[in-house]
Amino acid sequence: MNLTSFIPLLLALGLSPLLPGVINRTKAFFAGRRGPPLLQTYFDLWKLLQKGAVYSRTTTWIFRAGPIIGLAATLTAAMLMPLGNVPALMAFPADFLLFAGLLGVARFFIVVAALDAGSSFEGMGASREVFFSALAEPALLVALATLARQVGRLSLSTLFGPVSGAHWLQAGPVLILVVIALMIVLLAENARIPVDDPNTHLELTMIHEVMVLDHGGPDFAFILYSGVLKLWLFAALVVGMILPATGSSGLSLLLAVGGMLIVAVVVGVIESVMARLRLVIVPQLLVGAGALVAVAFLLSLA
Amino acid sequence: MFFTNLILALVVLTNLKLLGSSRLGASIRVVAAQGVALGLLPILVHWPELSVHFGLLAVGTIAIKGVVFPWLLFRAIREAEIAREVEPYVGYTASLVTGAAALGGAFWLCTRLPIPEGLASPWLVPVSFFSIFAGLFLIVSRKRAVSQVLGFLVLENGIYTFGVGVAVRTPFLVEVGVLLDVFVAVFVMGITIFHINREFDHINTDRLSTLKD
Repeated sequence: MNLTSFIPLLLALGLSPLLPGVINRTKAFFAGRRGPPLLQTYFDLWKLLQKGAVYSRTTTWIFRAGPIIGLAATLTAAMLMPLGNVPALMAFPADFLLFAGLLGVARFFIVVAALDAGSSFEGMGASREVFFSALAEPALLVALATLARQVGRLSLSTLFGPVSGAHWLQAGPVLILVVIALMIVLLAENARIPVDDPNTHLELTMIHEVMVLDHGGPDFAFILYSGVLKLWLFAALVVGMILPATGSSGLSLLLAVGGMLIVAVVVGVIESVMARLRLVIVPQLLVGAGALVAVAFLLSLA
Repeated sequence: MFFTNLILALVVLTNLKLLGSSRLGASIRVVAAQGVALGLLPILVHWPELSVHFGLLAVGTIAIKGVVFPWLLFRAIREAEIAREVEPYVGYTASLVTGAAALGGAFWLCTRLPIPEGLASPWLVPVSFFSIFAGLFLIVSRKRAVSQVLGFLVLENGIYTFGVGVAVRTPFLVEVGVLLDVFVAVFVMGITIFHINREFDHINTDRLSTLKD
């Protein structure tokens, strides 16, 4: 481990709240509005951290522990994610399983906290969140397994390095399928359109937002921050696939951060040109993503 | 190699899309796109050595599979005034999962078969088997006659992929003969769909079985 490995983590911690700002600006551009400031998420986090927390008497310690464990698990996952050609803080064979597992732990505790609140709306949101992520998770794991099989490495830090132009030329179709599936998983896991609409405030159609309705103050800040970190991590997966991680570390980091912002713009464009899918159609989209990576995996075997 | 693989991946994806889609218009367009992609296959498989015969095959395939069939089928659904498949025997998500399993089965099958050396792409044989499975599955699992015709076309596309990729020395005449057979079949089916529709006000073939004594 060398000191430069702290840079991806620090970039994730510092710049991840920028991604929702870029997404919202893109959406505002499409709608012909000016949109909220790019740094709005930083302001929101600051505002929430200033507030005190209010807890219902029906809740137990689980409700208070949920956001904290969620943030801790997401931060640990962030330590596994490399950026550019700088390896992550922690790297060992098959660490992508730990990565998926940590995100699962974070989700589990947010869900349990939502159920602990005892509100029927939150139970509904929790049930949907778990249902959709159960469909998205196999797609993520098979996508990473395909990539591991394709480049013959097993750690996230070494997985993206060999993905280069020559690789794209030789196994282009497989990599394209994996990138598309990862993009669908990104949209589903981060509660973006077409799976969930982050702007809606109608509880009947919300998924992620309805689950965290009863959290306030610092707790909600933790949930918001782990949400943007998760978006950053998934964007890092997509960027790692597409951008060649060669050249000097500084240049590749700069390129990767630029790539993240481009992924945010792409998410904004997708949200602007698509409507949210009906809830009964969403599983079909996620199973479709699963089928895509299954195809990619089989093609990479042959 | 790259473009051959790209086309084969496209064929796999279009088959999965057909398995998971309920809209007939979109399905017809998907089959047309698959036909055009497969039309380019004979040229790509034999890339450095080009001849008039492969060029003619490509042009004929694209014209028939990409233009004539879609036109006939669009006319059929317009005259029958239908837009969607209704309640297939196997649901769309289940069809999609079956399709992914069938693809796995096709790859497994090809490890058990004596595949000739020196094919243009290792995916050629599995993908052609997968097309055949997907076509058969569409024929048995859907109720609308149009969907079944599409399944038949996918099945034929699978045989065509196999023929173009593996049987390199197949005489031109046989390939054109198969194309002509399918053309006549789709033509007849287009007319039949129209007539079934006029007699019964719908083209759900499952109800035809109640006609028997």
